[in-house]
This record gives sequence, structure tokens and C-alpha cells, in this order.
Amino acid sequence: MESILKTQNLTITFGGHIVLKEINVSIQRNRFTSIIGPNGAGKTTFFNLLSGQLKPTQGRIFFRDQDVTQLSPDARTRLGIGRSFQITDVFPHLTVLENVRLAVQARAGIHFHVFYPKQKMKELEDKAMEWLKKALLEHKKNELATYLTHGEKRKLEIAMLLALETELLLLDEPTAGMSLEEVPMILELIQSLKDEQNRTILLIEHKMDMIRNLSDQVLVLYQSELLAQGTPEEIMQNELVQSAYLGGDFLAP
Amino acid sequence: MKWEKKWIFGAMIALFLFVLPWIYDSRSTLILITQIFIFAVFAMSYDLLLGYTGIISFGHAMFFGIGAYSTGIGLMRNGETWTALLYALGITVILCLLLSHVVGMLSLRLKSHYYAMLTLAFTGLLQVGAEKWRSLTKGNDGFTFHIPEFLMDRKIFYLFSLLFMIIIFLFLYQLISSPFGKVLQAIRENERRALSLGYQVVHYKVWANVIAGVIAGLSGMVYALSLRFINTSVFAVDITLDVLLMTIIGGVGTLLGPIIGAALIETAHEMLTELADVHWLFERWIILFGLIYILVVLFFPKGIVGTWNEWMKKERWKKWNRLGL
Repeated sequence: MESILKTQNLTITFGGHIVLKEINVSIQRNRFTSIIGPNGAGKTTFFNLLSGQLKPTQGRIFFRDQDVTQLSPDARTRLGIGRSFQITDVFPHLTVLENVRLAVQARAGIHFHVFYPKQKMKELEDKAMEWLKKALLEHKKNELATYLTHGEKRKLEIAMLLALETELLLLDEPTAGMSLEEVPMILELIQSLKDEQNRTILLIEHKMDMIRNLSDQVLVLYQSELLAQGTPEEIMQNELVQSAYLGGDFLAP
Repeated sequence: MKWEKKWIFGAMIALFLFVLPWIYDSRSTLILITQIFIFAVFAMSYDLLLGYTGIISFGHAMFFGIGAYSTGIGLMRNGETWTALLYALGITVILCLLLSHVVGMLSLRLKSHYYAMLTLAFTGLLQVGAEKWRSLTKGNDGFTFHIPEFLMDRKIFYLFSLLFMIIIFLFLYQLISSPFGKVLQAIRENERRALSLGYQVVHYKVWANVIAGVIAGLSGMVYALSLRFINTSVFAVDITLDVLLMTIIGGVGTLLGPIIGAALIETAHEMLTELADVHWLFERWIILFGLIYILVVLFFPKGIVGTWNEWMKKERWKKWNRLGL
């Protein structure tokens, strides 16, 4: 299986504090990889490095064998690295539909068009509606994003990410802060993405059952380092991982 | 349905404005309304930056002044012909394009206040330049010039300015609802997210700056034509502040707002100047405007049109709720 994303000695320090230390991982194409680890282990920072929000102090990142370490976030998105944010990050005073349409438009490479034909505009909108339907948000399409509930904003966030149709998806705790009844729906959505088998997905999560069911591979970050990697079963039997989490019952089935 | 109503209403107002000179033929009123049209265009171009892209400029007058000076100098040197005016148009567009591009490239990749400061500095530079280059500009005293005879007629000029405003309005309306315009609004809303969607934010900002600059230049041209006189005051900070005020009072992020703002400020300006005989304070109208400005920012940050839109929305919600929807 070929790898789509590789990091080489990826290190970042803030001041004197080492946040990530020499991370070497290789992500297989069309596989589902989860990243776990206690708070402050550097999971989101790792995502920020991959998507370009932060530049590493040391080390390199390869996407499809291309060195992307120095590329800006927008250039990486155009290459095919899409990401959702843990803190919802939408365009508050645009409508839900416009939010998604902006992503569709970015994906279609429509940039400096002032006199854009109405018919084609409609096509963009239809495409955006498809993604909204997938995220079960179509009934809110004319609502301003700022008036959505937290859970709905997360759904919008995911719809926007999907609309980018990138090869690699970075999902940063997609269910964080959602009400319990909303979680299964997002899970279903992620499961369906996985089932399509044409995307590489990286997921940061705390919910273990979710990780067990979805992941092909699990990476464990602990105190700035890559503690272990393997299939979910391997990880759960890993003693290092067990002891890293208090008492080990974190991973108990 | 609602959408069409809006356009019919707009067309009716436009029609009324078109026939106004024949209904109510007052020279001073016509001149005032003509000024409103011109400043409305200037304010709309400013709002493209402030309201739609989220860029604050303290030197939008630089483009206005360039347009005005190109017109004045061109018409004085080459005579009051249409060809001379066409030349002036070409020079305005080219200079505004270049300058807005340079200023944009220099500062728009940095944080927003650098852009504000740089525009302020550039405008100051141009103002000093206009003062010192006396052989070209006659300095602070300025000069008068003639315009093509066709435009001399006040009614014709009124119609010309009205048409100018309508064309720019329609153009900007098209722009803000286009894919390009939506990205500008996305940048205003959340620059980081616009980047992470893959948009090259800096290019968008520079283009917004260029379009706003050229339109401001055009409004400066019409302004000079209306006065048939020019001096360095077209580069003054007051002009930028006026237009900032018009945009904020009228409503940022709307196109109607700057037009209404321009109408209010210009009318108030006119009335207060007339009241100068009554009390000296009225002559210092900028003091009063400063006060209004503070009050608006504190209590109506969305301006007239923005507040109206919000209120209408609430009313609609109420109606829905009453219907049990």
C-alpha cells in the first residue's frame, strides 16, 4: 500500500517548550487513521503542522511525495489537504448555503469571476445543496451561520470540508461539544465517507468506541512524542499505552 | 417575489430622480443632489473595502484626488474637448490601477493597520506633492478650467451624474453577488478560514483595492467636472473621513447604505453651512459630525440600512411565529 502522507522528524517548539518531538509517521492512501492521546499531547498542533497553520521548527512533511513543509495553508488545500477545525470556524454572517458554496467554488477553481453566468451559479448552488443534504443541514440553508446551534455549526464545518473534495481529510474532533443525539448522525456520515474508500482520513478523537469501529490504524501521541502506532487491537493491548492513560481503564472495552 | 419588488421599487426611485429636474427646478437643489450622486459613488467604492472585504483605509481620497487632478489638468492643458476628457479618463484609470496595486501589494499581506497607515501616508505625500508642484497644479490656490459645453448645462450634468451612480451601483451589485464578491465577504468574515478553503486571500484583497481605487478615481473625475475648479483639498483627510462617515452612518456592507449616508451627510453639510450666520458652532460642523459619529458607532454600529434590515428580519420572524411556523 502506498503512503500518501509522510512526516520526517517533525518537531516544533514554542519558546523553549517542545510541543512535538521527532514525529515520523506514514499514512497509507485510502486508510482511516485515528490520533489519540491525552490533552496537551500535541494532537491539534500536529494537524496545524500538516495543514500549514504552523511551520515546524525541524523536520519535513511530504504529501504524495512532494515536500509541502514550506507551503501556505491555501496552497496545501489546493493540493488536496482539507481540514476541519476543532473550534468551529465558519463565515458567521453569510448564509449556510453560501458557506458551503464558497467551498464548492474553491474546489471548482472559480476565483476572479465578476460576471459569472447565473446558470453556472445555480450549478454551484446545487452542488452545495448536495453536501448540505449529506450533512443533514438542508433545512437551514438560508439561515445565517452565526444563528446555528453548536452542533449545526459542526455539521456545516464538515459539509464545507467535504465540499472541498480533497484526497486527505483532517478531522479535528468532529463531535466535540455536540449533544448526544447528534453524535450518531456525524458518526454515520464519517462511516459513509470511509465506506466510499476513496479518501484518506485522519481523525482526532477521544471517544474510544468510535475509534475502534472506524480506524484501520491508530497513532498515540503522549507527552509530545509518538508513543505507539498500530491497529486498534494492537494499541489496546499495548502496555505502554495502557500505562500512559491513568490506570489503563481509559481503553477498557 | 420579494426580490422583484425590491427592483421595481428601485426603478421607481430612479425614474423619479430622472424627471426631478423638470418637476422641481431649483439650481441649488440640483447642485446638491448632483454632489450626493458623486459622493455616493465614492462612498460605495469605499464600502467595497470597508464593508465587503473588511479593509480599513485612511487614504481613499488619494484616488479621488488623482481622478480630480487628471480631469482638471487635462482639460486645462488640452482644451475643453471630449478628447481631452477621454485622455483624462485613461490617465485616471491607469494611475489608480497602478497606485492601488502598489499600495495593496506593499501592505495587504500584512495586518490591516499597516494598510490604513500606508494609505494615510501616501495620501499625505500626494497632497504635499500637489502643493509643491506649482507649475502643474498651481499649488494650494488651485485653478479653474472649462468643461465640454454639453456638460455645462446643470440638468444635463445632473442626469449624467445620476446615470454614473446607477451604472456603478449595478456594477458593484453584480460584483458583490458574484463568486469573486462572495470570497471578499468570506475574507471579511474569517480570513483564516478563507485561506484554509484554498483561496489566495492577498490577491483578492489587492483586486478589491484596485477596483475600489479605480471607481474612487472616476468619482473624483466627475467631482472635478461638477466644480470646474480644483485645489489640493481633494487629497485632504477630511474627504476620507467624510466618506468613512457616510459609509458607517448609511450602513457598512450594504450598497444602499453609502448612498443614503452620502445624501444625509451632504444635506446636513449644506444646511449647517447655511446656519453658520446663526451661531459660529454650525460652521465647525465637523465637531457636530464627530459627535454623531460617536453616537452611531455606539448605538447603531450597523448604520441605517443595516439596522433596518435587521429590524425587518425580526418582524418577519414575529410573523412566522404568529403563524406557528
